[in-house]
Amino acid sequence: MTGLRYVYAVCRPFGTPLQAELTGVAGAPAGLLHHHGLVAVVSTVPEADFGEEALKAHLEDLDWLAATARAHQGVVDALTTVTTPLPLRLATVFRDDSAVRVMIEAREEHFRALLDRLDGRVEWGVKVYAEEAAAEPVGAPPAAGAKPASGRDYLRQRRARGQAKEETWQRAERFAHALHARLSAHAEDVRLHAPQNSALSQASGLNVLNAAYLVPRAHSEEFVELVDRTKDEEPGFRVELTGPWAAYSFTGDTGGSGDTGQIQDGQGAADVGEGVS
Amino acid sequence: MTTPSRLPEPYGQASGANLADILERVLDKGVVIAGDIRINLLDIELLTVKLRLIVASVDKAKEMGIDWWESDPALSSRARRDELARENAELRERLARLEELEPGRRAPKEAP
Repeated sequence: MTGLRYVYAVCRPFGTPLQAELTGVAGAPAGLLHHHGLVAVVSTVPEADFGEEALKAHLEDLDWLAATARAHQGVVDALTTVTTPLPLRLATVFRDDSAVRVMIEAREEHFRALLDRLDGRVEWGVKVYAEEAAAEPVGAPPAAGAKPASGRDYLRQRRARGQAKEETWQRAERFAHALHARLSAHAEDVRLHAPQNSALSQASGLNVLNAAYLVPRAHSEEFVELVDRTKDEEPGFRVELTGPWAAYSFTGDTGGSGDTGQIQDGQGAADVGEGVS
Repeated sequence: MTTPSRLPEPYGQASGANLADILERVLDKGVVIAGDIRINLLDIELLTVKLRLIVASVDKAKEMGIDWWESDPALSSRARRDELARENAELRERLARLEELEPGRRAPKEAP
């Protein structure tokens, strides 16, 4: 028995059985562990891959990380169709079932409070992409070899490029603000995420808004229609909807605590040096 | 089937979600519990992975003044500061160009 217990989510007991073919990370079937009126959704993972050192190494491997993340999300997604799961963060791993039970006991109240708050709600993701901003070579170095006729020419060109870009961004900001305000009015809670890197998302255009909205399942259809209506509103922008997700973005403290800012804080001020754009 | 619905059907995440959508949720959101496998070490690793994945877009966005996710959605404070930074960069470039025009002098290609 060199298996560890991987926990995907905690939920209240639900009547529907899990899909028989529901496999989790490392291809093992997901199962339910009932305790104290709550359910932990778990599967067995090999210690060789999920022990401390191995896990640390694996997380540096984007392919492994991607496969594991998809498997994790696959289980949580399946749960979302039958109940309101509290998704746990990737790679929450325990020695055995009894350790999972201890964890449930220790956090029982917290789980119940969160489950109450999120019951019957789902998360919708909305992203706005500026198409034209990406069409120009943002981030390309100012052509190192090319010699403009004069320094003045060079600066003039550069300034014109800068102004066009600035206008695009101002339009993007206005559009994103307006859309966000409208969608927020139809959501119970909202989180703004950092824009996505297109290298990872494979999406075209530049991501200028990346937000999550907590919406009651019963109102989801309206919300989706609302997003749909905005899609062709503003030329040059693309609005993308994802979901319904389990309420990943809303498992933190109640109220809009600044959990969206933490990533950026570590970066320090972005010193815009020459040649960045 | 009589009325063509514009709703995504099925709603499943497979339809719209990309890897970045999934990673930003499973790595950065969700309930954090310290499991038996020491998560404090792990957190650091997750952070580095996470940063590597998104830092490019964050910097670019900040540079452009698109930073409202950081604080108040109603305000984009950094735009003005970036404008200054850009002007500054332009001036530096201009200086370099002027220096190039001076005979016998070579401007350093790289500004700090």
